[in-house]
Amino acid sequence: MPLLEVNNLEVCFGLRQGSVTALRDISFQLERGERLGIVGESGAGKSVLGFSIINLISRPGFINKGEVLFEGKNLAALKNKEMRTIRGNRIAMIFQDPMMTLNPVLTIGDQMVECLRAHRKISKQDARVISLQKLKQVYIPSPDTRLDQYPHELSGGMRQRIVIAIGLLLDPDLIIADEPTTALDVTIQAEIMELMVELCERNNVALILITHDLGVVSEVTQRTIVMYAGRVIEEGPTKEIINDAQHPYTQGLINALPQMALPGQRLNQIRGTMPGLNDLPSGCAFSPRCDYVLPACHEAIPALTKSGGCNVACHLVTEQNNLSEVNE
Amino acid sequence: MSQPASLLKINNLHKRFSISGDFLDQLSFKGGKITRTQEHVHAINGISLDVKKGEALCVVGESGCGKSTVARTVMNLLRPSEGEIHYAGKRIDNLSHRALLPYRKQMQMIFQNPYASLNPRMTINQALHEPVKFHNPKWSHGQVLDKVHEVMEAVGVDPSWGVRFPHEFSGGQRQRISIARALAVEPEFIVADEPISALDVSIQAQVLNLLMDAQAERDLTYLFITHDLSVVEHFGTRVAVMYLGTLCELADTKELFSNPRHPYTKALLSAIPKLSDDREPPIKLTGEVPTPVNLPSGCVFHGRCPYANERCTQEIPQLKPDGTTMVACHGIDEGRL
Ligand SMILES: Nc1ncnc2c1ncn2[C@@H]1O[C@H](COP(=O)(O)OP(=O)(O)OP(=O)(O)O)[C@@H](O)[C@H]1O
Ligand SMILES: Nc1ncnc2c1ncn2[C@@H]1O[C@H](COP(=O)(O)OP(=O)(O)OP(=O)(O)O)[C@@H](O)[C@H]1O
Ligand code: SF4
Ligand SMILES: [Mg+2]
Ligand SMILES: [Mg+2]
Repeated sequence: MPLLEVNNLEVCFGLRQGSVTALRDISFQLERGERLGIVGESGAGKSVLGFSIINLISRPGFINKGEVLFEGKNLAALKNKEMRTIRGNRIAMIFQDPMMTLNPVLTIGDQMVECLRAHRKISKQDARVISLQKLKQVYIPSPDTRLDQYPHELSGGMRQRIVIAIGLLLDPDLIIADEPTTALDVTIQAEIMELMVELCERNNVALILITHDLGVVSEVTQRTIVMYAGRVIEEGPTKEIINDAQHPYTQGLINALPQMALPGQRLNQIRGTMPGLNDLPSGCAFSPRCDYVLPACHEAIPALTKSGGCNVACHLVTEQNNLSEVNE
Repeated sequence: MSQPASLLKINNLHKRFSISGDFLDQLSFKGGKITRTQEHVHAINGISLDVKKGEALCVVGESGCGKSTVARTVMNLLRPSEGEIHYAGKRIDNLSHRALLPYRKQMQMIFQNPYASLNPRMTINQALHEPVKFHNPKWSHGQVLDKVHEVMEAVGVDPSWGVRFPHEFSGGQRQRISIARALAVEPEFIVADEPISALDVSIQAQVLNLLMDAQAERDLTYLFITHDLSVVEHFGTRVAVMYLGTLCELADTKELFSNPRHPYTKALLSAIPKLSDDREPPIKLTGEVPTPVNLPSGCVFHGRCPYANERCTQEIPQLKPDGTTMVACHGIDEGRL
């Protein structure tokens, strides 16, 4: 049994202007100890997916369809109380906004101790020792002093490292990390990513890493999901996706990296912007921006189809595969 | 050829934060006497820097080294503990709120945290209209709308988002809204604190192109804080590398990337994540990460530097020219690096 299995997940937001669908038909599996990257356009639904897995979508958002099986148990149907014991204890989430985890009126130490004691029967002193040790693991300088400081007294990057340390407190089986190193400089980012990989390997912990840093994805994860406008549009081994992207959006993403343009020259941006969730075009959501559109692209939503070692949702790719099959 | 004039000058800037709580918390009973101790975070320790008109000066450095603090003191959101800030030849760090007003339009800041920089109770339209109206009191409603529309389009903010509130948007979408807000009042100088870290690559490309266009068209000047070195290499004219509240290297972008001098800069460049697997392993820094509460003596980097010697542990290295680069390192000064 896979550790996590997401089947046909659909998440909506009920807004004044009517309801919008933020995630459509998302399915994937994650094995124990596996490291999965999720990349994609800003607003594509990556964070919403992270929240949905741990059933933290709150009004006006709701899970409309589908299931999230964690060791076979459907988290989407769990009562709040049961969910709370799984969250934190078995699944840790590191949020994109560190202040979602940190309470501004409590010191770092108090928050960590409280979190530990909510899930385990240990003394305050022991909890403090563990907290200190986790802060050291994420390279917080003078951790003793930091324990007695408030979140606003720390730099952006330190807050994020504290959030990571809190995520690691309870030795979870699955870590969902939403842009965990976005605010960090590369030397610390490298150290923390190495630490996370090491922790995952040593304790067989699975990791879902949401990030837009393709460099980090390629160094940390084994498999990658690319999202666009609420859907999975490409999925497969990270190496294949980075070196040989098939979907025109994924190709555009890699081509937009600063390394792909000469210094001082304009970067290769993908023309246009991602459509709003409530005015998606018919057919492929990427079609208004795509250089390769076929008539079929305006008519039907391309299904995720096997192509090479990956699954790709693109009419062009399907058509090319059909052609080469005929030729053989 | 004359050198372009400096738009912003930072002179020997220091910033300390007290972290000992209020008066009673500072008292302690030691050796039979009541003593008062105050602890400080030494966030910035003597930084001098000038930003020339029309350039994009990038500031990079370890998390917590004081980049945001520099940005906030430049913008007068924090008072320096020592030192001065000059803008267009005038000292601005000691001005009253009123005297600062004219500068508020010319200098805009994009904040690091897109979650905290937008007022949660204002719709996107309100957030964008307000500063334009404030700084252009004579404009008609139509002119304000046009301007707001123009910047929204430029940063890829869908005008239909206008009626919604910040919490309804993703991190990247919020950051684009903050960028639109900064550009809407047509400033001449922008302090951008990690403006694109929260954006995905394709939007990053869009926003960077936009910032470069604005620079070319309107001679905009940037103080640009980021830890993404590939962005720096692409966008920056000069780079300032900071470590623990001090400047360790200041160089033209090309020179910094082709010929980094300071050992910390070298480690930084080697740690850039790469898409290919065949890169050299990054230089690993060992040693305890130092703290701005108890600043190390001598060179702030000596505890983690593979080349530190006796002198490095005692004497603070000064920024000195080495070719066109300015670098603060005894090893380079002594010619052993
Ligand atoms: N509370 C909410 N109310 C309405 N819409 C929402 C809400 N939260 C998210 N959305 C919408 O859902 C979509 C997906 O948002 P999400 O935060 O998952 O994006 P993301 O992929 O994480 O982007 P980023 O890379 O910018 O963080 C966005 O279009 C956003 O506007
Ligand atoms: N209000 C404050 N009170 C006490 N200490 C503070 C305060 N603001 C910042 N500091 C401290 O000053 C130092 C520099 O912080 P700053 O936010 O400038 O770092 P930074 O270089 O922007 O880091 P990052 O890349 O993580 O954002 C840190 O040690 C931080 O803890
Ligand atoms: S399905 Fe068509 S429009 Fe969509 S990405 Fe593929 S080729 Fe382009
Ligand atoms: Mg997000
Ligand atoms: Mg900062």
